[in-house]
Amino acid sequence: MREKITLHVNGLKHVVEVDPETPLLFVLNDELGLRGPRFGCGMAQCGACTVIVRGQVVRSCVKQVSAVGQDEVTTLEGLGTPEKPHPIQQAFIEEGAAQCGFCLSGVILTAKAVLDEKPDASDQDIRDALGGILCRCFTHIRMLRAIRNYAEAKRT
Amino acid sequence: MILPRRDFLKSCGALIVSFSSGPLSLLPPQAPGPFGTHPSHIDPEKLDSWLAVGDDGVITAYTGKCDFGQGIFTVQSQLVAEELCVRIARVKLIQCDTSICPDQGTTSGSQSTPTNFNSENLALAAATAREALLNLAAKKLGESVEHLTVADGIITGTMGRHVKYEELIGKKHFELPLNVKAKRKSVADWTVLGKPIPSLDRIALMTGQFEFVHNVRVPGMLHGRVVRPPEMGATLAHVDEQSVRNIQGLVKVVVRKDFVGVVAETQYQATLAARQLAVQWNPGPELPPPKDFFDHLQKLPARDALGVDSQDVDARLAEASSVIRARYTYPYQMHGSVGASCAVADVKPQSVTVWSATQSAYPTRSIVAKLLNMPLEKVRVIYVRGSGCYGLNGADAVSFDAAILSHAVGKPVRLQFSRQDEMMWENLGSACTIQLRAGLAQDGHIIAWDREDWVAAMGNRPGYHQPGNVITGMLLGYEPELPKPGSAKPPNGKFRNQSNTVPSYFAGCIAGTCGGDGTIRSERVLTHTVRSPFFTGPLRSPLRIQNTFANECFMDELCAHANADPVAFRLLHLQNSRVIGVVKAAAQAANWQARSSPKTGISGAGTVSGRGIACVAYEGNNGYAALVAEVEVDMETGTVRPRRFVVALDCGPISNPDGLRNQIEGGILQGMSRALVEEATWDNRRVTSVDWETYNSLYLDYDMPAVETVFVTPPDVPATGAGETAITVIPAAIGNAIFDATGARLREVPFTPQRVKAALAQSAQRGGSV
Repeated sequence: MREKITLHVNGLKHVVEVDPETPLLFVLNDELGLRGPRFGCGMAQCGACTVIVRGQVVRSCVKQVSAVGQDEVTTLEGLGTPEKPHPIQQAFIEEGAAQCGFCLSGVILTAKAVLDEKPDASDQDIRDALGGILCRCFTHIRMLRAIRNYAEAKRT
Repeated sequence: MILPRRDFLKSCGALIVSFSSGPLSLLPPQAPGPFGTHPSHIDPEKLDSWLAVGDDGVITAYTGKCDFGQGIFTVQSQLVAEELCVRIARVKLIQCDTSICPDQGTTSGSQSTPTNFNSENLALAAATAREALLNLAAKKLGESVEHLTVADGIITGTMGRHVKYEELIGKKHFELPLNVKAKRKSVADWTVLGKPIPSLDRIALMTGQFEFVHNVRVPGMLHGRVVRPPEMGATLAHVDEQSVRNIQGLVKVVVRKDFVGVVAETQYQATLAARQLAVQWNPGPELPPPKDFFDHLQKLPARDALGVDSQDVDARLAEASSVIRARYTYPYQMHGSVGASCAVADVKPQSVTVWSATQSAYPTRSIVAKLLNMPLEKVRVIYVRGSGCYGLNGADAVSFDAAILSHAVGKPVRLQFSRQDEMMWENLGSACTIQLRAGLAQDGHIIAWDREDWVAAMGNRPGYHQPGNVITGMLLGYEPELPKPGSAKPPNGKFRNQSNTVPSYFAGCIAGTCGGDGTIRSERVLTHTVRSPFFTGPLRSPLRIQNTFANECFMDELCAHANADPVAFRLLHLQNSRVIGVVKAAAQAANWQARSSPKTGISGAGTVSGRGIACVAYEGNNGYAALVAEVEVDMETGTVRPRRFVVALDCGPISNPDGLRNQIEGGILQGMSRALVEEATWDNRRVTSVDWETYNSLYLDYDMPAVETVFVTPPDVPATGAGETAITVIPAAIGNAIFDATGARLREVPFTPQRVKAALAQSAQRGGSV
């Protein structure tokens, strides 16, 4: 049962024709060709598919595309560009805070969301927010350092 | 030809090493280089198979070692830039495409650095090319090679005349064999290698632009899903295709022997069809109960092998003033890639292309050709990075599955595994039982050490010939590799310690020649390989982490019996200067205080702390590490909290210290997760660790310990691997630190709170010590 659905993603309006029950992730990957959000588990257990909707992190693998409505969706590539990365992306670039990099949407977008909401978030607050994010390369130390650097720069 | 070393230093030293990432940092190139090549042209003995200079001066290099997050793309680019004296931005590296890259087998086993960074393969090709270009320039400029200098691909003579690489060779073949006499630049002259160059993929990764295999899209591509059996050994009884009749966009239900899959127009339709398809399976055999599994392993028919046998162990143990015995066990563990595996295959009547995240492009080509009954030269495997694999994850199986599906529908198919497809059918890291006994002399020396281990194995990497080593092949009717029971032959030939079965303290003597790292001459190591009920395969530090856990914890037990300091006691039984070097460096960096373990005056309540050390000569000679772990243990809950790790690593000359630190940190913390929480589970019918609720891993909220790294680099040694060395010593170092803190010995990984509490209770019963 295909339907026309209008999506607002990374500042652009898209009309896609898909089954309304399709997970948002598949639409972002297959219809819009976005690479940031990725299929990790399909069960909201790992965070690889994370996007931001209305300032909140959303696991796009379990979010039906029809439930997004008019809300703006931001993916990892929507934050900044290779030429002009977002400051949190820049902090990750400077720390070299990745190995395989598959998990980065969850890590970067979740950290950004918590610091947007609570600019003075403590290390513990940040870690708590990252509780459902999995990095199996275990780049934890660099990632948390990058997030801390970003948070400090944002505060000053 | 000997190059004028000083001139090189001067000219290459003037090169500016760009630490900002250039345009190459966006996407690793996947397109062919300047030449139209054919697989039959590829010959690793020929320079043109490794390197080409374009008329734009771009150096295209072709490698059979691929990057899956460990940083080998960046360091290989550095290597080529270094040897050819060009900026790294002028190097275009193409990795693991069977139509244009040399066959370097599998990228695994910490072998990429020893293989490509010493005096063979890519390093030799780059050195050969530089010398060839200098020879051409000498002819053109009418000067002798000794008078030429090179900077960024421009060769200059004494009179100031110069010529560019591309003017000498641009777009033409070298038509030269690799020159085994071509000299690599010495470490002291490096200006690009050895520097902390930021990994070339980082901007693309952080901004979401990086192309993973999951992002490969081919025109006309359909989407597949597989439908796996519910349990190991189950065979297909019936598929009811009518059950998915109502699914829009369904293209085909694909059945081949026990293989079942679906192909549809969209991913969502494929997932619906896979979920809804009614399939009946004949049950597989009952599985051995998890409870007694490690005893069970010891009773199975085994393929036996002796690593070393001085044949006097029993006699010497009879003379010992005390004999200590212990049994260690290590569970099945998972690769557990964050991304479920994915591949895209395009099977046409006359050609097959597979975009795959396999570590084994060429072997995968062979298996795909076999499964599809296609001539080898018609199959092309193009490596595209997937989620970090840490060994044999689902990348090979998903590539074979995608090829089967594409073949069945005659269109390109993208196949995405579900989380359960990935985890339930993994080639797990092997479970092991390791039994040890050793004798101490009156003076506290170890006089004899006997060791037996039981390793569960079934399947492996498929290699070029064995599809049955992973699930897809088995479903298609191919047999997995299994240990053939048989007794051990006496050890012969050169001493080897590939799987680190032999503790570092053994002299390792075979027929009078000793290759071990230690002083114990009464020694025996017997390995029994038995049939595993589950697929097994290499998982980062395969068998090395299991064996080192047992060897290094048991060493600590002996040390405690001898009432000695764990560092001094190790040094007393070591003779390899590189192992000694890392043990001393780690102890010094950690400010190790000499005393015996456990700590005195351990309180029975609250939080206690302790320290432990472990060391290894990885695979005998492929890197050396010693690590000091400092942990806290909550005596009430049994929770272990590592607080600090100090590691000393010797891997010879370092190609990129920043990349190396990243690998070491990741390896250590991954090892900590494996030591503390990771264990694959099963019931009487099937693997029950099928997602992140049923398989534990430490998440990003874990309060990570500090990791401090010290490099030890002796002069004039070859480069070794480094991605698996530090992880190898982690479980043992943590276990030894728990003992130091509490007096309780953990002999079973992972160190869950329940196990820690049980060990604490046992230790308290014995009076609090040893």
